[in-house]
Amino acid sequence: MTSPKSLWDFLPFFLGGVPVTLEVTFLAMAVAVPVAVILAIGRKSPHALVRWPAGFIIEFFRGSSALVQLFWAFYVLPLFGLNLPPLLCGVLVLGVNEGSYMSEVVRAGLDAVPKGQREAAMVLGLPAHYRLFRIILPQALPLMVPPFGNELITMLKFTALVSLVTIQDLSFRASLIGDTLGHSGPIFALTIVVYFVLALILGGLVHLLERAVARGAGRHVTGVAAPHGALLTTARPSPVPAWALGGGA
Amino acid sequence: MSGFHWEWAFAWSTVPQLAEGVVVTVIATAAGSAIAFVLGLVWTFVRIAQIRLVTPAVWFFVQFIRGTPLLIQLYFLFYVLPTWGLTVSALATGIIGLGLFFSAYATEIYRAGIEDLPAGQWEAALALGLPIRRVWTGIILPQAIRAVLPMLGNIVVSMFKQTALLSTITVLELLAHGMAIGQMTYRFVEPLTLVGAFYFAVSYLSARALRSLETRDEVRA
Repeated sequence: MTSPKSLWDFLPFFLGGVPVTLEVTFLAMAVAVPVAVILAIGRKSPHALVRWPAGFIIEFFRGSSALVQLFWAFYVLPLFGLNLPPLLCGVLVLGVNEGSYMSEVVRAGLDAVPKGQREAAMVLGLPAHYRLFRIILPQALPLMVPPFGNELITMLKFTALVSLVTIQDLSFRASLIGDTLGHSGPIFALTIVVYFVLALILGGLVHLLERAVARGAGRHVTGVAAPHGALLTTARPSPVPAWALGGGA
Repeated sequence: MSGFHWEWAFAWSTVPQLAEGVVVTVIATAAGSAIAFVLGLVWTFVRIAQIRLVTPAVWFFVQFIRGTPLLIQLYFLFYVLPTWGLTVSALATGIIGLGLFFSAYATEIYRAGIEDLPAGQWEAALALGLPIRRVWTGIILPQAIRAVLPMLGNIVVSMFKQTALLSTITVLELLAHGMAIGQMTYRFVEPLTLVGAFYFAVSYLSARALRSLETRDEVRA
């Protein structure tokens, strides 16, 4: 009685993957940001016992393939008695992996705070945690918002991997629909477009956030040359002279 | 299923099969890099040359590639290329996918290298009256590419790690062999750990080598 199903019959099921993909993206990002901050601060610590493990975690997660880490957490950790549900497993691996990459961004942000701020705080006799949480981080974090925004888009793309550990995100549903229909080309074409549209939407939101933060930081952090404008400008005139483009090549 | 112990004898026994995977992984990385570097340069020229319709199309293509997951691009190529009459092996599909994906990143690197050259290089080339082809091949590109060599190296390292994704389109590379051993023997610990350790060893050492290359260049400059 059923006519052969078409791609459109599966559309609601497929689009049900959008909230899942976004959920994984934001949860993993919520793991990645604190991980990045902790690792970056840890790596700058004067204590070798803090600095060394932080460096090890960064190199470890950056050094091997994210998919291998994911499979390792999914297939090997249960053998150690650590049975994580797939969502937690995916979010943790993506979060710590991306957080290791983002720790470089945090480091650059911390370095961008003028040295005088640190020195002034020390001269005022402020304790170390106060210097970090009330002086350095409030100035460094706004600088990190634009690169963090880029990382959010990276994370969105990154989440496609969790489909391989049974999380029913867009990619997982696309594979399932492709198998059911017997031809996977159209559904994956649609999937690529949906990811791209999601990336554009997230990019737009990030841009709004950047502008809000730039305004906020401009109001509170006067006296510090805020490089937001420099980070936001994308189009520069090409220095390649016109004559070098002529038909000679 | 509670007890876990690492068995060296079993770990060693998986090495020959994993080595087969390493060969495929290395081939994919090398061929994918070659495609990425050549295509990336093509995209860069098209974008610099400002050709009507072609340049915006390439720009959009590059943005699109960068804005979507490599995994889905690989799936798409894997299922769609055959319907276009391009029946190529899974490995070739994977290499094309990796090459296309990373070409979108390589083009940014080339562009940065070309744009960062001092204006005096262009002026000197013009003053010497060199033909345009010689200006590019003899003056601009050798300097620009040499300056961005460490960044191009980073692309190779990233690609090496991303080759693990090819296992999802049935390419029998390192991770696929590791998973196959795991599914056959019900022992995932040794093969998956060895796979991870191999990726880590290669990319960590290459990343260190590239970093020293960068600092060496900085000292010279």
